[in-house]
Amino acid sequence: MPHITEEYDVVVVGAGHAGCEAALASARLGLETICFTVSNDSIALMPCNPNIGGSSKGHLVREIDALGGEMGKNIDATFIQSKMLNTSKGPAVHSLRAQADKSEYSRRMRSTLENQEHLIVRQAEVAELIVEDGVVGGVKTVSGATYRAKAVVLCTGVYLKARCIYGDISYETGPNGLMPASKLTESLIKNGIEVRRFKTGTPARVDKRSIDFSKMEEQFGDKEVIPFSFTTDRASVQKEQVSCWLTYTNEETHKIIRDNIDRSPLYSGVIHSTGPRYCPSIEDKVVKFADKDRHQVFIEPEGFYTNEMYLGGMSSSMPEDVQYAMYKTVPGLENVKIIRNAYAIEYDCINAIQLRPSLEFKKIKGLFSGGQINGSSGYEEAAAQGLVAGINAALSVKKEEPLILDRSQAYIGVLIDDLVTKETMEPYRMMTSRAEYRLILRQDNADERLTKLGYRVGLIDQERMDKTIEKYNLVKDEVERVRGVNVGTSDQVQEVLRRCGSQELTTGTSLADLIKRPELSYQALAEIDKYRPELAVEVAEQVNIYLKYEGYISRQLRQVEHFKKLENKIIPENLDYDSIQGLRIEAKQKLAKLRPHSIGQASRISGVSPADISVLLVSLETRSRRG
Amino acid sequence: MERTIAAISTGTMNSGGISIVRMSGADAILIADKVFEAKNGKSLADAASHTVHYGLIKDDQKVIDEALVILMKAPNTYTRQDIVEINCHGGILVTRLVLETLLKHGAVLAEPGEFTKLAFLNGRIDLSQAEAVIDLINSGNKYALKASVGQLKGKLSTAVRGLRDDILDKIAYIEAALDDPEHYDLTDYVDYLWKNVENYVDNVEKLLATSDEGRIIKEGINTCILGKTNVGKSSLLNALAKEELAIVTDIAGTTRDAVKEQVMIDGIMLNLIDTAGIRETDDIVENIGINKAKDYARKAELVIHVLDGSKSISQEDLSIIESLKDKKVITIINKSDLDSKLDCQVLERELKDKYSLEAKVIRLSALTGQGLDELGAAIKDMFFKGHIQADEDIVIMNERHRSLLIETLESLKKVESGIREGFTEDFLTIDLMDAYEKLGLIIGQQVEDDLADRIFAKFCMGK
Repeated sequence: MPHITEEYDVVVVGAGHAGCEAALASARLGLETICFTVSNDSIALMPCNPNIGGSSKGHLVREIDALGGEMGKNIDATFIQSKMLNTSKGPAVHSLRAQADKSEYSRRMRSTLENQEHLIVRQAEVAELIVEDGVVGGVKTVSGATYRAKAVVLCTGVYLKARCIYGDISYETGPNGLMPASKLTESLIKNGIEVRRFKTGTPARVDKRSIDFSKMEEQFGDKEVIPFSFTTDRASVQKEQVSCWLTYTNEETHKIIRDNIDRSPLYSGVIHSTGPRYCPSIEDKVVKFADKDRHQVFIEPEGFYTNEMYLGGMSSSMPEDVQYAMYKTVPGLENVKIIRNAYAIEYDCINAIQLRPSLEFKKIKGLFSGGQINGSSGYEEAAAQGLVAGINAALSVKKEEPLILDRSQAYIGVLIDDLVTKETMEPYRMMTSRAEYRLILRQDNADERLTKLGYRVGLIDQERMDKTIEKYNLVKDEVERVRGVNVGTSDQVQEVLRRCGSQELTTGTSLADLIKRPELSYQALAEIDKYRPELAVEVAEQVNIYLKYEGYISRQLRQVEHFKKLENKIIPENLDYDSIQGLRIEAKQKLAKLRPHSIGQASRISGVSPADISVLLVSLETRSRRG
Repeated sequence: MERTIAAISTGTMNSGGISIVRMSGADAILIADKVFEAKNGKSLADAASHTVHYGLIKDDQKVIDEALVILMKAPNTYTRQDIVEINCHGGILVTRLVLETLLKHGAVLAEPGEFTKLAFLNGRIDLSQAEAVIDLINSGNKYALKASVGQLKGKLSTAVRGLRDDILDKIAYIEAALDDPEHYDLTDYVDYLWKNVENYVDNVEKLLATSDEGRIIKEGINTCILGKTNVGKSSLLNALAKEELAIVTDIAGTTRDAVKEQVMIDGIMLNLIDTAGIRETDDIVENIGINKAKDYARKAELVIHVLDGSKSISQEDLSIIESLKDKKVITIINKSDLDSKLDCQVLERELKDKYSLEAKVIRLSALTGQGLDELGAAIKDMFFKGHIQADEDIVIMNERHRSLLIETLESLKKVESGIREGFTEDFLTIDLMDAYEKLGLIIGQQVEDDLADRIFAKFCMGK
């Protein structure tokens, strides 16, 4: 039987949040790219929560944008509510989160892909990898069609052998009843790839008309919306927003869950795979936080044109009747009508320690993977990896050095380093606590950190690069200027201080010192700073942060310096760990399996102790001395 | 390839009694069997671990020495490798011959500190314990020895680890609360943190307070002997050193250079600086000596001020006394074998009342050594306030530990000032983390790129 054969530079398998970024990046770098999806109607689908961003995930979106990705622009165009979180804390943990109109989000991304030069989106299930002598050669679809390519990016999300479960109901399907991809796993295994099975879950969607909002707290968006993308005009995102609603579970809810826990597939043993500890189901929360008498439930709209509401915080895989019973105990949900049941989903993913920090498989040249297939969870985590995998697939075809971000450069660097190093046994979620140098990795300075890298890769144009450079030159100049401004004890100064609830001055001081007071800021002291130039909000914000937190920033930079020292100690790729006397057996095995590229990476492998690292250091040192 | 290392483990200056040549490594027993012929004819390979064997050390057919060989098989050994120790007859020549024979048969000469490095690399001891081994070897006195033993037993590690775990708990809670504010509450947490950090500061300060003693125990007290010419300073030095070091004559002004010598008095080391007598003089060479003497006195931690007991106090004595305010001073009335014109208690009171100088006055005869005990007791009293006797207490003796503790303290104080200035918890973790990592560096739980090498380079050969 004759089969179709086509040739491309890059094949992307999957068109979820990872696949979209990978395909766009590759095509935008000028490579002929084909992106496969099981359904063209599910491009950039948000099958779980209806929002983008949130604590630390907002950082990821900002970074994706600074590198030239699409997610930030897409949500700026389709959000229905936006909020900067954690503003009571320091700028390091401020995070932007926006509620999306799910269908709009998906449609806009689809249109972006479909209109992208060098990119074809193809609906077909990829069944097989073509690998020859450790080098990827393309893919085959279920129909037997062959798509040859120099690089392949796997972004299969939760679709590999997907199975959805609630109570004792289980069926082989992807999210929202979409077709699973049931063939590709075998091909991965055949090519020596270690596969594991993870689980995640989603709460029920309910009918807006069945909710009594009067029993809930209304959650508004910010009055002044800040866009995700550094390129989005601020004025364009000031628009009417919808509200979310907050209510709580109670003892009655928890009792129903406890009484029926044996019917939960998680506890009855139907589900063996590992779920995300940091995005737990309501069953997990009730068991884990037994002392808490209530848990938050956020009621979030799924879009302008639907009555479906998402029950944030109550994901579950309980049987239908238990779901109904427990939801109805929640104030405001007494008469709730479920539109879609909560369910858990199981899927195949890979052990990401098989990947280099470039997201290329160590053993198969030209094969990359990004997103939930790497064991992560979340749209933003997926998009970030998809972008890096897509960029590096393209760079590998162009025979250029890969883009690798380290832990001191970006949350994306932390995310990827954790995934390829730590062998996490559950879906990995980004969190601010995972980033050691978060005061440097703020969401507000992602452009300063990463635009230049996006530019070097080729995803950021000259104009945007110039603008970023100009912005930070202005910041630098203004910081210098403010340092030289002295403030006396004039009536005007004292009056401004009084108004801000700040102690009056007894002697003159520098403006920079005043800004450091917690109740004051660069912006608040405009009145007493006569020669202040007119500056954009974003510039003023940077000046404020820089001056206010100078001491902490410089201390964190010192930590980074120390970190870099171990990071720059490269381990030879063919090092024979068995020959190193003094390494514990467990450490030897872990190191030999993972083959870290640096002492720094080696030090983060679980099961490798600081003493092992000292041994490794001493041994490498001795080796190089003896020649 | 794994090396089998060998070295002379007893001090190389040792010329009497017994010397030990130590060998460690996979081939240690194999090599030992090639050079050792047991009286009972059995090979070491067949012998049980931790046994002693008597026989001859031979290089081919030539007998080098008769020896006791101690066989210790892995893993219960210092290095966790097979170890053979050859107890041969003292005498540097014989010992060297034994070592050379081992090297000839496949052992390689150990690098300085390599045995201990192996003990560390093979997980038998942690870094601070390894450092303790260095201190133990180098300890010049019984107190330093005790403190080193304490450290080797892991007392410092335990204290540091406890503090470190506690700090990590606080960081972990803050981090958890930042990521999951619904389930981890930070309300009033800074108050709780403040109390804890105060406590950490206290603990670190206490550890650091021992470091002055630690340094004194380990390095000795820089001591300056001061007095006008010909009161017997050099004789005192010699009495302490029991050796003719400085030139002692009766002609005033013979000692022109400050002579440095370490002497032990009642287990405490004094780094003695014998100084030129202080006297108004036109002699240029001597002038240099006198200026130096005053300079040393300023820098010294202890000044032993010597008076001639056979003479009354002179103008020169008084000018010396004037210059000693704010110093720890022991005044010695020397030549107590001769008729004394000075009384201890009277002088002590006079020094205090007239010159506000809190000096301990002791009567001593450099010639007979009478009064030396009292001097020792006075020094101990002055520098250790009695608690030096405590057995194997934690005493920070290592400069690396000390400076890391100082850095820890700085970071903790930054946490305190951060709280005072109203910074939120996400800032406070930056300095908490610094403190945590600095403590980790002390015990090797935190890795620094060149740490291990720096430590082991300080070892002497054979340990």
